[in-house]
Amino acid sequence: MSLRFIRATEMRELRAMSRTHLLVLQAIVAVIAIGLWHVLSTDAYFGVALLPPFFFSTPGDVAARVVRLFAGGTIWRHLWVTLSESMLAFAIGSIGGVMIGFWFARKPAVAAVFDPYVKMVNALPRVVLAPIFTLWFGLGIWSKVALGVTLVFFIVFFNVYQGVKEVSPTVLANARMLAMNDRQLMRHVYWPAALSWMFSSLHTSVGFAVVGAVVGEYLGSAAGLGYLIQQAEGIFDVAGVFAGMFILAVFVIAIDGLVTLVERRLLAWRPAVAETRG
Amino acid sequence: MPVRGAITTNTAAGEAATPSVALRNVTVAFRLAGGATYTAVQNASIVAGPGEFVAIVGPTGCGKSTLLNVAAGLLTPSSGRVEIFGSALTGLNHTAGYLFQSDALFPWKTAIENIAIGLEIAGTPVSDARTRAEQWMERVGLAGFGARYPHMLSGGQRKRVGLAQVLIRDPRILLMDEPFGPLDAQTRQIMGNLLLDLWSADRKAVLFVTHDLEEAIALADRVVIMSAGPAARIIGDWAVALPRPRDIAEVRHEKGFQDLHREIWAVLKTEVLKGYT
Repeated sequence: MSLRFIRATEMRELRAMSRTHLLVLQAIVAVIAIGLWHVLSTDAYFGVALLPPFFFSTPGDVAARVVRLFAGGTIWRHLWVTLSESMLAFAIGSIGGVMIGFWFARKPAVAAVFDPYVKMVNALPRVVLAPIFTLWFGLGIWSKVALGVTLVFFIVFFNVYQGVKEVSPTVLANARMLAMNDRQLMRHVYWPAALSWMFSSLHTSVGFAVVGAVVGEYLGSAAGLGYLIQQAEGIFDVAGVFAGMFILAVFVIAIDGLVTLVERRLLAWRPAVAETRG
Repeated sequence: MPVRGAITTNTAAGEAATPSVALRNVTVAFRLAGGATYTAVQNASIVAGPGEFVAIVGPTGCGKSTLLNVAAGLLTPSSGRVEIFGSALTGLNHTAGYLFQSDALFPWKTAIENIAIGLEIAGTPVSDARTRAEQWMERVGLAGFGARYPHMLSGGQRKRVGLAQVLIRDPRILLMDEPFGPLDAQTRQIMGNLLLDLWSADRKAVLFVTHDLEEAIALADRVVIMSAGPAARIIGDWAVALPRPRDIAEVRHEKGFQDLHREIWAVLKTEVLKGYT
C-alpha cells in the first residue's frame, strides 16, 4: 500500500531517489525492526528479556508458524473463507450503495425523508450489530457478509450520492444542448460521474469489506483468518496470533494491489493529483 | 422533435426573410433568496438574420450570458418573446449549438468520443459517428489527439474539441459564450481565425458573447452593445462593414476597424466605468 498523502514537493524529492535505493532503505527498516524484536525477545539482560516470548513470541517462532500453516495446507481454506466473505460484502454493499445513492440523488424528496435515519444508522458502531447478525444469519459466512455490507454500503452510498449531486452544471447544460434525453443523460453523464466517485473510494470500501469479515469471524465463527487469530489467542499462542496477523496483512496488501490495477484501468480519464495543465 | 424543445410553427412561409434568432423585448428577472427580485436584463431585443454573425459586447456581469441562455432555451424569460426561424421557442433550442465559457466536455470521454457523442445520441451508428468525428478532429487541427482525455489537452485544444463537438451536429444557429475567454492572446487569435474559417463554409447564424470589443469587431457582422447591469439594456447596434475573409490579427490595423472601435468604445467606456464606481 503506497501512502496516498505525500505532497507534491515531497514527490519531487522522492523521484530523485532511485527505485533500488528506496527498496534497500525499506528493507533496512524491516531488518532493524525484526532484529530488535529478535534480540529483545531472545536475549536476557540482567536476567529478564525485555520482550518476554510468552507475550511477544519471537520472529523465528512466528516465521516457523507461518511456514507450518502454509505447509499443512489448512490456511488455504481460511483464506478462501475470508476472501469470499469480503468479496460478497463488497459486491452486495457496492450494488446497494450505488442504487440507493443514485435514487436519493435524483429524488431529493426521498433523500430528505430518509436523511435522519441514514445518519442514525451510519452513526452506529457496526460491531454492535455483529451479535444480531449472528442470531439472524448463523455462524456461517453470511453473518460476516452482513457486517461487511453495513460498512461498505455507506461508503459507496455517500460517494455515489455526492458524485451524482456534484455533476458540473456546465457539463449537464452541454449534455442537454446536445439533445440528450433523460435516459442518455443517465448513461453518459450521471452514471460515469457516480462510478468515478465510487471507484475513488474503492480502496476504502474494499478495506472495510475485509474488516467486516475478519471482525465477524473473530466474534464467532468456525473458519477464516479472524477465527484463526481468535483461536490462537484463546490458548495464549502468541506466535499463532502474530502469524495470523502477518498473513492478514499480506492478504490485505495483495487485495489493495489488485484494486490499484483495476483503478488505473477504469479511471484513466482522471488527472493525477499532482498533474496540472492550463 | 416532439419531446423537448418543440418549436410551434406559426409561419411556414418566408423562411429566407425570417431571422434565425429573434429576442423581442426580453426581460429576465431572478427571484433572490430574500424574496427580492433581481432584474438581469431589461427589455432587450436582438435579431440575427440567416448567416449573420452578431457579437454581443458589454461590461462584466451585464447579463450577456443570460441573454444567450434565453436563446438556447436553458432559461425562460420573465417577459418577451424568443423566436427561432420565426417560431416561438418552447423548451430547449435544439437547432442551436452552444459553446460554453467554462469546460463543458465530458471528462470521462476521450476527445474523439466527446466529438462523436452528439451524433451517437441522435442515432447515428457508432462507426459512422467515429469516422465523422475523425474528420472533425482534422478540421479543428487535432488529428492524432483522439485518444486523449480532456485533462491531457491544453486549454486551446479543449476549446477545439468543444467547437467540433458542437459543429458536428451541424446546428443552424451557433451560440458562443466568451468561448475564448480563458485562452492566452495568441491562442485566441488562432481560435478566432479557425472559427471564421469554419463559419464561412456554411454561414450559420451566430450569437457571440464577449467582453472584448476588438475581438467582437474582428469577428462579427454586427456588434451589439449592452449597458452595465442590473437591468442591462441594449444601447447600441453597429454594422461592421469590413470585408471578408478577415484575418483577426491583420484586420486590427485597418482604418475602418480603428474608426469603428473608437466610435463604439466611446459608448462602451461609460458603461464599463459604471462597474467601478
